[in-house]
Amino acid sequence: MAIALALIVAMLVTGGVWLLLRPRSWSVVLGLTMLGYAVNFFILLAGRIGSRQPPLALEGAGALADPLPQALVLTAIVIGLGMTAFLVALALRGVAARGADTDDADRIGEGPVDDDDADMAA
Amino acid sequence: MMAFILLFGLVVLPFVASQLVGLASGVSRRAAALSAGAAMLGGLLILAGLAPTVFAGEVLVVTLPWLPEWGLDLSLRLDGLGLLFVLLIDGIGLLIVLYAYYYMEDDDQLGRFYLYLLAFAGGMLGLVLAENLLLMLLFWEITSLTSFLLVAYKFKDKEARIAARMALGVTGAGGLALMAGLILLGQMAGSYALSDVLLAGDTIRADPRYPLMLVLVLLGAFTKSAQFPFHSWLPGAMAAPTPASAYLHSATMVKAGVFLLARLYPALSGTDLWFYIVTGVGAVTFLFGAFFALLRHDFKGLLAYSTISHLGLIVLLLGLSTPMAPVAAVFHIINHAVFKASLFMVAGIVDHEAGTRDMRRLSGLRRTMPRTTTLAVLAAGAMAGVPFLNGFLSKEMFFAESIGLPGALAWAMPAIATIGGVLAVGYSARFIADVFLGPPPTTLDRIPHEPPRFMRVPVEILVGIVVVVGLLPQLAVKPLLAIASTAVLGAPVPPLDLAIWHGFNLPLIMSIVALGGGLYYFSRREIVFSIADRFGDGISSRVAFERFYNGLAIGSRAVLAAIDGFSLRQNLALFLLFTLVLGLSAWWGAGNALLGPLGVGDMDVATMFAAATMLAAVAGVVVLHRQRLVALVALSLAGVVVALLFVWAAAPDLALTQLSVEVASIILLLLMMRFLPIDATPETGAAATREAARRLPDAAIALAAGAGAGALVLAMLSRPFDTISAWHIANSVDGGGGTNIVNVILVDFRGFDTMGEVAVLGMAALGIQAMLGGIALPGRVARGADGRSLAPPVMLKMLVQPLLPLLLAAAVFIFLRGHNMPGGGFVAGLIVAVALVMQFVARGIAFAEARLRQDMTRVLGVGLAICLITGLVPLAFGRNFLTSTHGYLAGLHLASAALFDLGIMIVVVASLVLALVSLGRLSQASER
Repeated sequence: MAIALALIVAMLVTGGVWLLLRPRSWSVVLGLTMLGYAVNFFILLAGRIGSRQPPLALEGAGALADPLPQALVLTAIVIGLGMTAFLVALALRGVAARGADTDDADRIGEGPVDDDDADMAA
Repeated sequence: MMAFILLFGLVVLPFVASQLVGLASGVSRRAAALSAGAAMLGGLLILAGLAPTVFAGEVLVVTLPWLPEWGLDLSLRLDGLGLLFVLLIDGIGLLIVLYAYYYMEDDDQLGRFYLYLLAFAGGMLGLVLAENLLLMLLFWEITSLTSFLLVAYKFKDKEARIAARMALGVTGAGGLALMAGLILLGQMAGSYALSDVLLAGDTIRADPRYPLMLVLVLLGAFTKSAQFPFHSWLPGAMAAPTPASAYLHSATMVKAGVFLLARLYPALSGTDLWFYIVTGVGAVTFLFGAFFALLRHDFKGLLAYSTISHLGLIVLLLGLSTPMAPVAAVFHIINHAVFKASLFMVAGIVDHEAGTRDMRRLSGLRRTMPRTTTLAVLAAGAMAGVPFLNGFLSKEMFFAESIGLPGALAWAMPAIATIGGVLAVGYSARFIADVFLGPPPTTLDRIPHEPPRFMRVPVEILVGIVVVVGLLPQLAVKPLLAIASTAVLGAPVPPLDLAIWHGFNLPLIMSIVALGGGLYYFSRREIVFSIADRFGDGISSRVAFERFYNGLAIGSRAVLAAIDGFSLRQNLALFLLFTLVLGLSAWWGAGNALLGPLGVGDMDVATMFAAATMLAAVAGVVVLHRQRLVALVALSLAGVVVALLFVWAAAPDLALTQLSVEVASIILLLLMMRFLPIDATPETGAAATREAARRLPDAAIALAAGAGAGALVLAMLSRPFDTISAWHIANSVDGGGGTNIVNVILVDFRGFDTMGEVAVLGMAALGIQAMLGGIALPGRVARGADGRSLAPPVMLKMLVQPLLPLLLAAAVFIFLRGHNMPGGGFVAGLIVAVALVMQFVARGIAFAEARLRQDMTRVLGVGLAICLITGLVPLAFGRNFLTSTHGYLAGLHLASAALFDLGIMIVVVASLVLALVSLGRLSQASER
């Protein structure tokens, strides 16, 4: 069981990192989403798995799954969505700035440095 | 308790008011001025309530623990020195508010000015009232930052920007030194509480780190109070609007450094080192400022250099270790603040009326501005030290203290004092003679007049104080001076005899010499000018600062260019490699056993099937990522597998969330696809070569990262583990009132955390809105055979319409059951958002927007407010933030946490709708 789970995480991380390193913002978004799956699942696994019931405090319940990682992952999933949306907006802003036919994510941070340097020539 | 509220109120009031002023300025200029004035007046009233206790000799100290383990408490103290400064800050502040109302032009954004001014006043009040050294430092930095904003107020003016940057650079660097110095001081005294530090003077002075600490603290004080050689930011800061100069550069900001010296006087003074540095720097600054003041042709510059000189005088007095010298210093703090603020206001009036500050163009304004001239003459007389005005008294005290020092100082100090006096009379005389006396001006564009009645009122009040203190010092100022000096000395004050006539003695002779010599010096000023012209300004320290700053900027840019290729891939690769190295080294260190005692367990069908599907999904995305639609389908397959794994791992809440997030993110990516070519074309030319060269290293990094993550899973799962969540499980029903432990953790046990997370979500949405606002992208539009753009499919429209109420009902159900069964605000919010967004997709953004009447940013605010208020209500009942309660109401089990959950749901809906609508609008703009 552990081997299959480790393989799942390993595959998601490998694919995610590979896509993250591609030069296009589209792939970066895909890669980050995939990496998000891996990380969320990994945190859930930190609470261990096994034949347990969902964490509901009901009468006569047996062994419960660890609720703490679940709570952490739940917000992480939603934040991950917010982050993906932000990245998409950032990428589109880049597309708008550079012209629509290129979506090159690799040359970030370039552009005019707008401060008073010109003024400083004392 | 009352003192507690009043003292904190004193500091908090200006900060709160600064926000209200922003609102009020939307109504009218008058409303802005009234609210700003009310804040200052309120501070004075609070002070009036507290003053009797302080005058009775008590020191009020109130404490609220903040980070006690770091020695940082929110503690305030009001003693005589604090009272004096609060009086200056709020009192002169009130006059400045009135003055600025008339001074600032209509298009000058008065509200913004008041906002900065009040924030600055709050910083100053916090600084002078702080009982904790670290808290004092915090407020010290607030004053640096807000004064930067005030100096850069006319930010479209290049001079103002450079001046503001220099002011911030110098005082900010001093602030860093001060931080180190105060931390050292706290360590040496064994406490950061001022009450302890002030009593630990002997321990501090005996500590071997004393010299280092003293130099660091003095660096902070000297930069802030513009002492030589850190003075040059102050003349530049005259680029600030004159009301700001009158406030910051006479009474408050520049007095902060002097205040610090006075505040820490009992702890730091009394050593030779203190005497030589403080007196020496003060004396040099005193003469330097006084000499250069005469040479300024801009009268605001003259006043700035005069301020430098007077600050030097105060510092010098604090350095002298005679019993009366600190009293004279405190007295001069009061007097200088009053006459210099009024002189700055006069300068502003002249500038306002005549349109220039150049004394070579001005002349004879007494003819058209007789009242202003009278006020100016009185204030300048105080600056020069003319009898019957307040400046005379403190200058006499200074002369008296300069006599009788041991050694060479016995003659040197009186000489310095007299020369300084001569120079002060000289520049004061120039200010009056060049601006107000002489023939009528000939080169002005307009004829100056008296200013509006109420613009002169603040000056009249201040000059009134100048005269009253000058004539009746025992009555007017002695009690205040006595308590303030007691606080500085940390001991009873020697008997004070404030009188104009002390008999015919040496100080009086020095005064007479200064007045006579000063007028003679002034009459011969052309000689001084010609000497100054011949040698020129040379390399001024301002140019030196700019070169230094420029060099730093160029240097750091060169370093950045050398190590940073501005490439996302390069940065990420470095980051990942570093993480890998960290992981590997930890593994080596731990004896490099991968598997723990539990082993890897048996193979089972479910996880193997999941792994196989995942392989297909990941391979699909990686191999086909250029074909965007296919890649998206493969990605959602991976998402569904993860959701199923959540079900399998007994995490139904997560499965629900993952599924609804999956829908939202697919819609998001589909919207993104609209603006990209349908398939990503492979790179060509140089880019293709670059891409080919990258493949191998990238693959190696990706495989290593994957292997590392997999190994981590194996290592983790094969080791035993004790959960800390037994407490959460046990307390869920009794403490949180719900059986769904995950939801109870989210909205109750870890509610503060959740609140932060939804706030982040809201911020992301606002960021998206800001980023995509105002840009237009050419998006692809689906076109039919006739070339017209296709309307959304009818089937989709028909399907989506009945779906909306169904989805909303499902959301309500999931929300309500959330506290006890899987569900809750997050999932419900996601479902509502998806239901709404599906309408946009099917019917077009215009249709949806016409029906979506709420401004989503406002809804977002409402959601956050609900979260915050449910958190704050328990505080009113003496419970901790976000403590929840639950009980039965009419047979229905209710928990207050449900309200918090509602807030979460609203934030989630608003954030997602905001983000997706921003994206949708982009495509709508491109269709037009």
